[in-house]
Amino acid sequence: MSDYNFAYLDEQTKRMIRRAILKGIAVPGYQVPFASREMPMPYGWGTGGVQVSAACLMPEDTLKVIDQGADDTTNAVSIRKFFEKTAEIAVTEKTREATVIQTRHRIPEEPLKEGQILVYQVPIPEPLRFLEPRETETRKMHALEEYGLMHVKLYEDIAKHGHIATSYAYPVKVEGHYVMDPSPIPKFDNPKMEMAAIQLFGAGREQRIYAVPPYTKVVSLDFEDHPFDPSKANHPCDLCGAEHTYLDEVIIDDDGGRMFVCSDTDYCAERQAMGHRGRLSPEAAE
Amino acid sequence: MPARQMSEQSLIGAFETPPQDAARAFRAALEALARPGTLHGIKGGQAPAPVSEAAASLLLTLCDPETPLCLMGAHDTREIRDWIAFQIGAPIVGPAKAMFALGTWDALQPVTVFPIGTAEYPDRSTTLIVEMEALSQDGAQLTGPGIETTASLSLPALEPFQMNAMLFPLGLDFYFTSGTQIAGLPRSTTVEAN
Ligand SMILES: [Zn+2]
Repeated sequence: MSDYNFAYLDEQTKRMIRRAILKGIAVPGYQVPFASREMPMPYGWGTGGVQVSAACLMPEDTLKVIDQGADDTTNAVSIRKFFEKTAEIAVTEKTREATVIQTRHRIPEEPLKEGQILVYQVPIPEPLRFLEPRETETRKMHALEEYGLMHVKLYEDIAKHGHIATSYAYPVKVEGHYVMDPSPIPKFDNPKMEMAAIQLFGAGREQRIYAVPPYTKVVSLDFEDHPFDPSKANHPCDLCGAEHTYLDEVIIDDDGGRMFVCSDTDYCAERQAMGHRGRLSPEAAE
Repeated sequence: MPARQMSEQSLIGAFETPPQDAARAFRAALEALARPGTLHGIKGGQAPAPVSEAAASLLLTLCDPETPLCLMGAHDTREIRDWIAFQIGAPIVGPAKAMFALGTWDALQPVTVFPIGTAEYPDRSTTLIVEMEALSQDGAQLTGPGIETTASLSLPALEPFQMNAMLFPLGLDFYFTSGTQIAGLPRSTTVEAN
């Protein structure tokens, strides 16, 4: 027996979080208030996501944790170890084998399936926060679907840059009602949000939980003359040759040499194992 | 006045391993509400009759002293109140103050007396746990979030659920329980005759 509560949180806290999650499912995109607890990690480390995961995990689960697409960053490793220790669950780096995936800033490339849960770490849950700092006002705006200001902001982008410059945390409208912050994922990932898995969002510092059930309509805000464009870097992955994935740009030498690699490390490694090669793959470079 | 004896039944029927059993029960409840029209197994809780194992497990998983609970009809007995007092601690209230309500469909009528939330806090609404003879994936046709194309569920009525869906994002959310099975119907689901 371990000295911890199962999944760290006490039962009453988990019940409170579970009730908030279910309200989130019932009202897709609506930010449900919850009483966030202190977690044994700093706020920047996704305490909201950790609490949502803790309320969801059961002993039979297999957990994957990614940070910007990678399983091996300090943040991802610590969260994985935390739940290995407190919930005695299995862990994996394979998207396909995971039943619960906690993520910071990415959606895995491999399509998620029914039975999986994707838990997002959210720093700022309110998409209207930068337009209207008062919570009482943003609540009213959501209630009345007063999203004109949001469109004005995006349109100012177009006036200034000729296109919508927002490339992360690009706002979406969920099931025709609530405008929602998808967390700082690249807009490239936005179309993936209409998926078969359950999506749960936890913001610890801001004490909000929200959700997108499977197969829910998630539309990125846009304009008739400037339709949403989930664009990505115009390169294939230099390690696996994929032309359909989100890429990180990596500086590889002192002369400013660069390479583009899949941000989803599990996906890239699996493609390489299957024999796919890119411009800078060891064999290809020989 | 002699102290009222708590029925012995109230002392039994909790989860055997509460954290793990509650976690499994929650996942059943989550999947049920996130995928209307699907049936899920939920077990481990035993309350006095006529509370089903599914409903008892759901109450143990979601309710506590912070969740006012409304018992209706044959589900409002001294034995059940004692069990809830001992195992859950939820205050027993009337419909207007209920966060959760338990009863058969007939006993829960009219459902319009339960809170549906407010425009700014649509989450301040009641979740109804409707005890059913049986559950099956036929009957009313369901569409909406959680459903890829269409689904079907043996709902006890049509019109009240259609009226409820029209209130979205306000409205009631429903669980249907029978034996060890559970199904869910959130306010976001569109309900039509099949
Ligand atoms: Zn790659």
